[in-house]
Amino acid sequence: MMPDSLAPVSDVLQRVAPDTRGAGRNGWVDVCGYDALSLERGAAALVGGVQIALFRTYDGGIYAISNRDPFSGAYVLARGIVGNRGEAPTVSSPMHKQVFDLRTGRCLDDPDVAVMVYRVRVTHGRVEVYTGSEAAA
Amino acid sequence: MSVDMFAEPVPGLRAETVAGVAARRLVVVGNGMVGQRLVDAVRERDTEQRWQITVVGEEPRPAYDRVALTSYLTGTSAEELSLVSEDCYDGERCVLHLGEPAVAIDRDTRTVTTATGRVVEYDALVLATGSRPFVPPVPGADLDGCFVYRTIDDLDAIRERAASARVGAVVGGGLLGLEAANALRSLGVETHVVEFAPRLMPAQVDQGGGEMLRRAVESLGLDVHVDTATEQLTALDDGRLRMNFAGGVVLDVDLVVFSAGIRPRDELARTCGLDLGERGGVQVDDACRTADPAIWAIGECALAGGTIYGLVAPGYEMAEVVADRLVGGTAAFTDCDTSTKLKLLGVDVASFGDAHGATPGALDVVYADPVAGVYKKLVLTDDASTVLGGVLVGDASSYAALRTLVGQPLPDTPEQLLMAGPSTSSLDDAAQVCTCQNVSAGAIRTAIADDGCCDVASVKTCTKAGTVCGSCVPLIKTLLAQSGVEASTALCEHFDLSRAELFDAIRVTGLRSFSDIVAGHGRGRGCDICKPVVASILASLGSGHILDGEQAALQDTNDHFLANLQRNGTYSVVPRIPGGELTPEKLIVIGEVARDFGLYTKITGGQRIDLFGARVEQLPIIWRRLVDAGFESGHAYGKALRTVKSCVGSTWCRYGVQDSTSLAIMLELRYRGLRSPHKIKAGVSGCARECAEARGKDFGIIASDCGWNLYLGGNGGFNPRHAQLFASDLDTDELVRLIDRFLMFYVRTADRLQRTSAWLEALNDEHGDGLAYLRRVIVDDELGICADLDAAMDTHVDTYADEWAAVLDDDEKLRRFVSFVNAPDVPDPSIRFVTEREQIRPADPDPDPDPDPDPATGPVPIAGAQLEVVRR
Repeated sequence: MMPDSLAPVSDVLQRVAPDTRGAGRNGWVDVCGYDALSLERGAAALVGGVQIALFRTYDGGIYAISNRDPFSGAYVLARGIVGNRGEAPTVSSPMHKQVFDLRTGRCLDDPDVAVMVYRVRVTHGRVEVYTGSEAAA
Repeated sequence: MSVDMFAEPVPGLRAETVAGVAARRLVVVGNGMVGQRLVDAVRERDTEQRWQITVVGEEPRPAYDRVALTSYLTGTSAEELSLVSEDCYDGERCVLHLGEPAVAIDRDTRTVTTATGRVVEYDALVLATGSRPFVPPVPGADLDGCFVYRTIDDLDAIRERAASARVGAVVGGGLLGLEAANALRSLGVETHVVEFAPRLMPAQVDQGGGEMLRRAVESLGLDVHVDTATEQLTALDDGRLRMNFAGGVVLDVDLVVFSAGIRPRDELARTCGLDLGERGGVQVDDACRTADPAIWAIGECALAGGTIYGLVAPGYEMAEVVADRLVGGTAAFTDCDTSTKLKLLGVDVASFGDAHGATPGALDVVYADPVAGVYKKLVLTDDASTVLGGVLVGDASSYAALRTLVGQPLPDTPEQLLMAGPSTSSLDDAAQVCTCQNVSAGAIRTAIADDGCCDVASVKTCTKAGTVCGSCVPLIKTLLAQSGVEASTALCEHFDLSRAELFDAIRVTGLRSFSDIVAGHGRGRGCDICKPVVASILASLGSGHILDGEQAALQDTNDHFLANLQRNGTYSVVPRIPGGELTPEKLIVIGEVARDFGLYTKITGGQRIDLFGARVEQLPIIWRRLVDAGFESGHAYGKALRTVKSCVGSTWCRYGVQDSTSLAIMLELRYRGLRSPHKIKAGVSGCARECAEARGKDFGIIASDCGWNLYLGGNGGFNPRHAQLFASDLDTDELVRLIDRFLMFYVRTADRLQRTSAWLEALNDEHGDGLAYLRRVIVDDELGICADLDAAMDTHVDTYADEWAAVLDDDEKLRRFVSFVNAPDVPDPSIRFVTEREQIRPADPDPDPDPDPDPATGPVPIAGAQLEVVRR
């Protein structure tokens, strides 16, 4: 039941088999169907050992940022509430409510903090994340 | 006699402090309000514990709120009036001897002797002996049926006599006399007020104000006799008393209460040779020290600056001065503001500054409206340029603002000031707004401008203004308005409405989707503030399962996963255990589930069991096991009713008088799932021992011999607060109806994340007495909404369904409970545990988290990498 504790996270992540279904087409990796994402709600995905939070916004936009909340260190951003602050589409961390700009990864409550943002697109009803893996093409 | 002599410990017999330094002995004679304030103030300031405190008091009970004494007759218990915190008298550093008056002071040996023969040594002695009621030297004033009005024992005696009395009289029409008259009236006695002076409250108001006050008091059914001297009391054969007044008039009554002023209790000081004033009172300097440098006097027994103060505020100030001096400070007691505002018998009475125009050449400007019962007077300097003081009767709303003008140039015409009150823009920054906490208008303006305070609550928190008597709250409101700060009740950038307004809008319009609601009443796409609010409102209005359709996206993560998010991204699961009652079989099921899923298991404060460490994808499997065994969601994740805690009650307990467990279970099942502005906790105790700690809950019920007593608005948490008694001796049906309405009214009108205690406080600010207002709404149905509230609660009860079971029956909802959308069976690899005391706990998060992505398969960041990414 208990995972062998205290192994460095990176090791753990590398040992988890990455889901690379559909990896190909110029480095874009298929993640899930667009329909699998709820409107204005996030979903976590595992791409090449990295946890990504995917969001589908009200206007049909799609965003991908790191799933890791930099404040708590927990991988939970996909479970935050999606909304907007001014022009910015946002997610608020479910842990302590800091708000992040989905376009830039910037934390709007603390300008010193940002999370990774990933390239993401919808093709033929499928959500794809760019992995840069030309070799896989 | 410098302060320093106290800084050096005198060698000899000394108790040891915690730090091992010889403690000095402080003896306090008297445990009234002021004596207790001194003890509290010394304990607070004496951080090095240099003083070992002994208090001797005459009364059998520790200090209580004498100002609120009258409420003792209307249901407030002696315990509730107590001013002594539980941890004050620890028996070591701080000792209290009750029912043991001091009888002698020996200044040579520095000892105090009590009535039991106890001898206590002191290094510093504080006299806080207070005062005694003045009974005029009238023949017969000591007859059976004559009372004074000062202690709880006095009130017990009056109440006993009043039980068989029809007519009573109060001798004295001052502040205390009217209090006593109010008390007699509340006991159902036909009440006469007899005042020697030509008007009521002669010390505070002038003739015109007194006249207006008399009319107001008489309209309440009391008989007022001013300008009346009581010459003699005689006992009649039937046990009644005859009052003989000057001029041959008589009045036959069943009891007489003397409340004609106070006299300082200075006899101890007198017998040990300390200086007294001509009319009594222990003479003290501006440090409140007597002629003997080791002895101090404070409160009503002290004569400070030639005055004996009969109000509690100056007494408190003296206590603070002495406490400061005892720890080496240099505080001084100066002229004290004796402005007063009170509500006597429902009539506002206020006086401030030179209310009687005693300043030579002072001018009066008077406004009187006998029909409305309003009398206002301003006292001005002879050139009408400066405010000296004033009197307000019937309408004291401008009291706080007018009081700040004392000594200031007239900012407006006197008519304007009297009719509308001063405009606060004219208020000098130095003007004192809150006299209780000594906060100036400038300090409040700074708090608004620089500290971002935008409402009364934040100004209170920031400056402490308005936190004691509250009379300056209207002035704070005006200052807020004047500063151009709209006391914004807007929810967030997406809604200008407050939560209560949004609730009404949604209820009335019938809109049930966030998109429609934000389109109709707001803008944008919402945020983590307004979305959960709308979700909660929709849930309170009975809009189906909280994860139905678009509602799901509004829920905070806890509600979204029907479990409580923990620090490492896992969740905890709390099944409902109504009233804390659990069969062995069900207890075993919980144990088995916890064991099989490796969950950390802990008993909660609400008499249930919390299972920690479940991953998102495990939640439905765990619920399946629990639901199959007859459990349901405990809503530990929701802003909703949590638990109704109970003691075991009369079914088992030797002391129980009612079946508290059955009531708790019934109430928990009735209100389970009710979504509200904040969490709601409740408790039921089967007797006055209060083992369920019901008074620490939003609603608490304590059994009485003949029913249930209902307490409202308590909470633990950040700012603990006792619930207040709302109604007594209710039968179960009455009780349930009141709770129904209380909860529904709260659900509809409170702000987001406002617990019931803060809500009641806001009602206080708005309506004067929040509890009384609540009574008018949910008992007297003043707003005509009770039927609606009842129907809403009935609907809630009828439509309740377990949220866990509903998810298990719905494949669409179950789809959310996966770890990764593209790898639903892969457990989140970041979740790691270590073992502690044979159970799991989260491992500390890795300081260098995001791994380098696999160069072949990992995603490429397009932002973040170029940014200065600070990892925390």
